[in-house]
Amino acid sequence: MRYTRLTFLLLALAAPLAALANPFEHQLANGLRVIVKEDHRAPTAAHMVWYRAGSIDETNGTTGVAHVLEHMMFKGTPSAGPGEFNRRVAAAGGRDNAFTSRDYTAYFQQIPKQKLEEMMQLEADRMSHLNLDPKEFAQEIKVVMEERRLRTDDQPQAMLFEQMSGVAFQSHPYRVPIIGWMNDLENMTAQDARDWYERWYVPNNAFVVIVGDVDHAQVFKWAEQYYGPLKSRPLPVRKPQDEPVQSGIRRLTLKAPAELPVVLMSYKVPVIRDVEKDVDPYALEMLSAILDGHEAARFSKHLIREQRLAVAAGAGYDASSRGPGLFFLQGSPSEGKAPAELEAGFRAELARIQKDGVADDELARAKAQLVASQIYKLDSMFGQAMEIGQMESVGISYKRDKRMIEKLQAVSAEQVQAVAQKYFRDDVLTVAELDPQPLPQTPRSRAAAPRH
Amino acid sequence: MKLFKLFAFLCLGLATQIACAGPKIEHWVAPSGTRVFFVENHALPILDVQIDFAAGTAYDPVGKTGVASMVRSLLEMGADGMDETQIASRMADLGAKLSGGADMDRASVSLRTLSAVDKRVPALDILRAVLASPQFPAETFAREKARTIASLKEALTRPEAIAGRAFWSAMYPGHAYGQQSTPESVAEIGRDDLPAFYRTHYTAARATLAIVGDLSRADAEALAQQLTEGLPAGAGAAPLSDTLLPVAVEQRIAHPAAQAHVLIGLPAIKRGDPDIFPLLVGNYSLGGGGFVSRLMKEVRDKRGFAYSVYSYFHPMALPGPFQIGLQTKKAQANDALKLTREILASFLTEGPSESELKAAKQNLVGSFPLRLDSNRKILENVAVIGFYGMPLDYLETYAENIEKVTVADIKAAFSRHVKPGHLVTIVVAGE
Repeated sequence: MRYTRLTFLLLALAAPLAALANPFEHQLANGLRVIVKEDHRAPTAAHMVWYRAGSIDETNGTTGVAHVLEHMMFKGTPSAGPGEFNRRVAAAGGRDNAFTSRDYTAYFQQIPKQKLEEMMQLEADRMSHLNLDPKEFAQEIKVVMEERRLRTDDQPQAMLFEQMSGVAFQSHPYRVPIIGWMNDLENMTAQDARDWYERWYVPNNAFVVIVGDVDHAQVFKWAEQYYGPLKSRPLPVRKPQDEPVQSGIRRLTLKAPAELPVVLMSYKVPVIRDVEKDVDPYALEMLSAILDGHEAARFSKHLIREQRLAVAAGAGYDASSRGPGLFFLQGSPSEGKAPAELEAGFRAELARIQKDGVADDELARAKAQLVASQIYKLDSMFGQAMEIGQMESVGISYKRDKRMIEKLQAVSAEQVQAVAQKYFRDDVLTVAELDPQPLPQTPRSRAAAPRH
Repeated sequence: MKLFKLFAFLCLGLATQIACAGPKIEHWVAPSGTRVFFVENHALPILDVQIDFAAGTAYDPVGKTGVASMVRSLLEMGADGMDETQIASRMADLGAKLSGGADMDRASVSLRTLSAVDKRVPALDILRAVLASPQFPAETFAREKARTIASLKEALTRPEAIAGRAFWSAMYPGHAYGQQSTPESVAEIGRDDLPAFYRTHYTAARATLAIVGDLSRADAEALAQQLTEGLPAGAGAAPLSDTLLPVAVEQRIAHPAAQAHVLIGLPAIKRGDPDIFPLLVGNYSLGGGGFVSRLMKEVRDKRGFAYSVYSYFHPMALPGPFQIGLQTKKAQANDALKLTREILASFLTEGPSESELKAAKQNLVGSFPLRLDSNRKILENVAVIGFYGMPLDYLETYAENIEKVTVADIKAAFSRHVKPGHLVTIVVAGE
């Protein structure tokens, strides 16, 4: 009996230990870290290279350079000319792209697993050997300006967010848009991009994440072979540029062609700095889920359905970032309701939580969704790689993932009420309003000769 | 407006030696009459189901465009004695999610749930109620009608939405695919239009059900019958009338945006037409192959005209569009349009080069495993195969069908489906 029980216990222990070994991690001598999560459900892999350099690291006059460099990374090295990177990924049956955020720049390929080695070779090559040809730059900067027109200038809500960030933050670099100000793009040079590349694109400022049907030991060998020879360099000192304390409400208005007004309220709140000791960021995450986590959450139930005050109403908060945090409330008033009425409605929802707290079943519901989402996320290899990368990019080890979930599970109703009382104060609030302008237009139409 | 992204089914190939192991799709007809498509997969404790009805916006009653979308969204806002808050709260309590929407052909309802019995059984019970006993409460209807009108008015200020609407209207004049809901058409809708539409179109006989995940065949059979036995009986709606090719037209619509939105296209191909293979392979080189396509190289890389430029075929129940799109700053809209037309014209004349053909096949075949590497992706594929009545071996034979395409096939297929004399062009916010 005893022996059997012991065996059972050992087996029970062994299973979680084996699971704990995955993901696997290996650091090269040049400082590059490689994280591999094996997932053998399908013969594919996601390969991502993350650089800890985003718009947070930019300075005035060259805003947008992190993102411009991201575009230039596809414009060739001495051994793989312009367009060659995309061509080889395509020939491998892969898909590739890249994205720049405030905190990082990341590159990825999704490929059949047989092609992983080739992708590692290509990424290692452009980590240290980019051409940055001025002729290529002259074309690509035009593409980036078109991207700004498409995604910001002609998108009233994106413009509103951009302007709000510039008011909420006065000193911290989160005040500038990731895409950069148009005037900075117009005056950017290939040298600006080169300076950026030389400053930040080194193995000791990067990490590689691979999720898929791969053998981690083999992947580490390839990493040594391709990334291993790259030279590290000391990184510039990163100044904190802490935002001064806000003492009083800030307001702004943006006029743009639209039909519906938009109210965007943002409160300054903390983010996770110490996974173990912090409490408030986890409570804010649960609060966000209670306000806007599902179709019957408070904003939808009260503001849209019962009061009919809004046609749309949501909340947003990201507890992980290198810079300071904001908790957003955003919505559009129903026809006949003024933006001020919706703002008052948002404030009433917050006041209710400050005064009465949240119900146990609301909190339990948010936690049930959290538990399920931990399973659902395993369905996507790319999603798993993204999660590891986003944590690491803000300085939180991916190994703390489970602990963070436990911390979220441990949030109490009292803690949710406490953060509502502590942070939702006018002194740290910025309110942005989109004032919709009618379109001046008269459509005209003409028949055309058939084209050939 | 279109809730379903276009996904072409691409399979494996000999160039890369990748095994083309499409998922094994089991198929049967439930006693209710619903056709069922099942992929059993126990790798994760997740169950996904999607039920599709021929109840998309193309079936909107004349003069009341918008009914189909409202029916779909109100399905889950009151059913079998539960109000919308109860439905959403119970789903959230289970960690389950309802999703879906209406495109032109299809109205879809999807459920993702954990597969444990104590989660999936109550989640499926709610789904069954939503499908079989929607109540379309008058109060909810009035509110959603107002929200729909508000969001339509907003859309009518957006250059991309204005362009898209004008494009479909111009491609399908007088046809259901060209109908657009407007604030006025939605205002005409009464609450009783919703249950009437539901009873006609959400029938068991016209439904297809896709089930993917951690479930046995026996449980899947029981589930299929339980979900669909309470659906309305009946044959469903009459088929849509045939589309006609439009006369070539160029419409210019003023707008204060910084960028012009340019769309070029025509009704081209329906689901099940074997010409889809040469068209897909050819279009990869023209504008479908992302960064390596001709449009991307010429319009974006060489001239910096646009961030996004693409072409694609969108097969539908009736001939769906071939579409080229780009956005560029106002002042160069005409130059970009001229260049795009030249690229299309030369492609129609010459087809791809042999090296382009090879690259296209390499990618289309090689990327096959990426299209099926999650339960979610398998579900999307299986649902389309089921709804459009495509062969069950579609995925398995895909690589073969791609590999045998020749340059001559591509030229011939393009000449059959992309006739320059019928191309419509929309420019919003050009100069």
